Amino acid sequence: MAQVTEALPTVETAKKLGLLPEEYDRICEILNRPPNFTELSIFSVMWSEHCSYKNSIVWLKKLPKDSPKMLAKAGEENAGLVDLGEGIACAFKIESHNHPSALEPYQGAATGVGGINRDIFTMGARPIAQLNSLRFGNIDLPKTKRLLKGVVKGIGDYGNAFGIPTVGGEVFFDDCYNVNPLVNAFSAGIVEVGKVAKATSYGVGNPVFIVGSSTGKDGIGGASFASEDISEKSTEKLPAVQVGDPFMEKLLLEATLEVIETGHVVGIQDMGAAGIICSTSEMSAKGEHGMEINLDLVPSRQQNMKGWELLLSESQERMLVVVEKGKEHIIQDIFEKWDLNCVQIGEVTDTKRLRFYRDGELVADVPAEDLVLGGGAPQYHREYTEPAYYQEFKKFDIQTVADVANAEEIRSVARHLLSHPNIASKKWVAEQYDHTIGTSTRTFNTPADAAVVQIRGTEKAIVITVDCNARYVNADPEVGTAIAVSEAARNIVCTGGEPLAITNNLNFGNPYVPEVYWQFVGAIKGMSRACEKFGTPVTGGNVSFYNQSSDGGPVFPTPTIGMLGEMATPDLLTTLAFQEAGDLIYLVGSSKNDIASSEYLYSYRGVKASPAPAFDIDEEYHIQNVTKELISAKAVASVHDVSDGGLFTALAEAAIWNNLGFAIESDREFRKDAFLFGESQSRVIVSVKPAQQAALEHLLLDSNASFSLLGKVTAGGLTVDGAEILATAEAKDLHGNSLQRALNV
Amino acid sequence: MKFGVVVFPGSNCDDDTVHVFRHILGQEIVKLWHKSTNLEGCDFLIIPGGFSYGDYLRSGAIARFSPIMDKVIEHANAGGYVLGICNGFQVLVEAGLLPGVLLRNDHQKFNSKNVYLRAATNHSLFTGDLDLTRAYKVPVAHAEGRYFTDEATLKQIIDNDQVLFRYCDADGQVTEAANPNGSLDNIAGICNAGRNVFGLMPHPERASDPLLGNTDGRILLEQLLAVTA
Repeated sequence: MAQVTEALPTVETAKKLGLLPEEYDRICEILNRPPNFTELSIFSVMWSEHCSYKNSIVWLKKLPKDSPKMLAKAGEENAGLVDLGEGIACAFKIESHNHPSALEPYQGAATGVGGINRDIFTMGARPIAQLNSLRFGNIDLPKTKRLLKGVVKGIGDYGNAFGIPTVGGEVFFDDCYNVNPLVNAFSAGIVEVGKVAKATSYGVGNPVFIVGSSTGKDGIGGASFASEDISEKSTEKLPAVQVGDPFMEKLLLEATLEVIETGHVVGIQDMGAAGIICSTSEMSAKGEHGMEINLDLVPSRQQNMKGWELLLSESQERMLVVVEKGKEHIIQDIFEKWDLNCVQIGEVTDTKRLRFYRDGELVADVPAEDLVLGGGAPQYHREYTEPAYYQEFKKFDIQTVADVANAEEIRSVARHLLSHPNIASKKWVAEQYDHTIGTSTRTFNTPADAAVVQIRGTEKAIVITVDCNARYVNADPEVGTAIAVSEAARNIVCTGGEPLAITNNLNFGNPYVPEVYWQFVGAIKGMSRACEKFGTPVTGGNVSFYNQSSDGGPVFPTPTIGMLGEMATPDLLTTLAFQEAGDLIYLVGSSKNDIASSEYLYSYRGVKASPAPAFDIDEEYHIQNVTKELISAKAVASVHDVSDGGLFTALAEAAIWNNLGFAIESDREFRKDAFLFGESQSRVIVSVKPAQQAALEHLLLDSNASFSLLGKVTAGGLTVDGAEILATAEAKDLHGNSLQRALNV
Repeated sequence: MKFGVVVFPGSNCDDDTVHVFRHILGQEIVKLWHKSTNLEGCDFLIIPGGFSYGDYLRSGAIARFSPIMDKVIEHANAGGYVLGICNGFQVLVEAGLLPGVLLRNDHQKFNSKNVYLRAATNHSLFTGDLDLTRAYKVPVAHAEGRYFTDEATLKQIIDNDQVLFRYCDADGQVTEAANPNGSLDNIAGICNAGRNVFGLMPHPERASDPLLGNTDGRILLEQLLAVTA
């Protein structure tokens, strides 16, 4: 190759770029010579955890990937693709932006939203709904308030302007996230089957275009940054955080879909982590071709950018597009219409190598295949060890905790739970997100356990949710993750949907810590088991390691599950809200003497060490199937699953939407705290009109499921065993306004 | 009657508007690209919601310089109907077709929720058959919706009966608590002196499809169809 006019870097430089000495040796082997600095930078980002999944891929491969409805399986495209029938498919994915958000919450979160949406529309799918899953530290800390406000504003400003509704999500607070918040963004889009664009490149001589924003120095090395522990020094890495422009993203969306529609696109991929080098290498490796790229032609925002800076920049709102030779004018005309950059920077070759030129000099010459996951990128088996706390947590004995003594104490727990930021309404957050754009959000006026978004021009809707109770996962990674998948499925089923597939966002600590890696392995096992049970394959997602502060240990293991379901016909939509006083309330599923890992035990009783809640996957599966039958038989007026905060919380949530109340009797077979506030799984509350009571009971008896009549819906007051625990107005105020009060806004 | 939706870069309610007028209201409707100067024979122009030009500089401030806006102004000045929803309202204000301005919400945040509206008069196409005592539930979704103007202009638009909608509570009471953004006099929608140009901050098109569980917005939009009769 042409020699570059710089001294060759050493293994010391490689270490500074985050590579291991043996990785440096491997690079020398691949190139058959020592790499220059540009090439070393290329390997350092492509072999970073973020791009290569080197410490996780061995286990990710064990996850179930197959179902008859999968059109693109995990790892094949930018996002999973599920067949919805009638010639349409849904592309969906979740992705983290944890580390950028820890430093610059507004831009960090905004660009997370931008990135996940590009993953969807680069496949030719138009996004129709977004969710997000957020985790922050103690809400009383000024830092938490600042991060939360910044993240929410970042998500809102980007998503609202981009013009896709944000229809749901979760927000959870725990001290373990004090340093390192988690920001996971989910998007789902719709595409006609047969019009899906691929992230590939082939056809010698085909032109390679860069489109969208100009390239600047923002976000250089972001992928490597996301692959280190967060520390005080991290603030020195501010340039590693990218800056988002939702207006540009909206134009890019329209132009991209128009270009794909022409049928002349060979391959297209958005530029997220690791920028130009990532798109050129992944597309080339997949298409088994090479590229010659002249970096001088890349539109740039700053002067004198070095070759490696142009290659690694994570400037947002850009795409790499390979089109059929001779059709250049078609793509250029479309981007001209939208006033966007569209510049040919190179062409496809048959060398399977990527050759980059800067100022007339060949600055890097690397084989595409060796850079990418599934090709030459390293894959490691990490050691793992069961942490000491796991057995300790299992020793928890419910007898050491006093039961709630009387109605007064129940009232005190009820107030604590309904106003707790983990359980209280996230209205303050949600109102900053546009829910109603797209005129398809069915769960805006009709509250339900999962979000339902109608697919325009069809009878079908997608039903989507993000779920993970990380406290359960911490207590028992395998069981806790199986619960996360189950809860997602339960939410979809309770809404009237059928679960189809999941995307996962695996947020963990440092994978080189054996106890952390044990959590990761357990989570994969639990996820596999649950996904197989529910027939919901894993379509891909994102791994985020190093969510670990140097001061405070790792965050809770947080494998966020984003689940996609479908609703076959509009009439299946089922609300969680009680409809009318006099309706009867049933519990489907069985109560248990279990308070393990409940919000009640953890934050009211202050007991942090307990195992995951009671859970049996076969029982869960059965309860979900029974719930589906009740909904399709139109036997119920409302359905709501019992989750965080237990039965009392679920009943309160169902009552207050329509300013109603409830009167129930507790079951003396169980401790009162376990009955009312325990979080044992596989329970659903349904309400039924008196006229349909017999039909409902008949269905339940036939189903062999445990069930019990709890009581009835009332015109007001939350009443247990004849004692009014809270007035409806107080419950509504506590649940509706506590988050806002805690934030002092 | 032929409707036309003007599409600026960054408009994002154009498809929703077309969908509702075509499939829910059964009207003929086309999109008009901002670089065009041909209104394609449309009788009624709609400036949709969104973030035209990213709302950079100021909401609606750049969009008014698009080539098509000269034609929109010509159309309005000739008595042709124009409706601006949300960002479209902001564009019409910036273009001088409607009085006043839309400032950042008093609480400084984007706000997405249902609000209630009361029609202030029946003396306009947009409010012709509305029940003046009823609270219509329609969603808002904006960060810059605080209607503001100087006292003289306010007096003038009130005296001229140009205030069409005010924010109210579920019982139809026009109260401070029911005002979602700090708008002067709870104003949510107005018309020009000629009564042919309308601006409304809430989104009636998002409360038109029966599948969404609220069709109050459809009642508002149906008023506009009276002109065809």
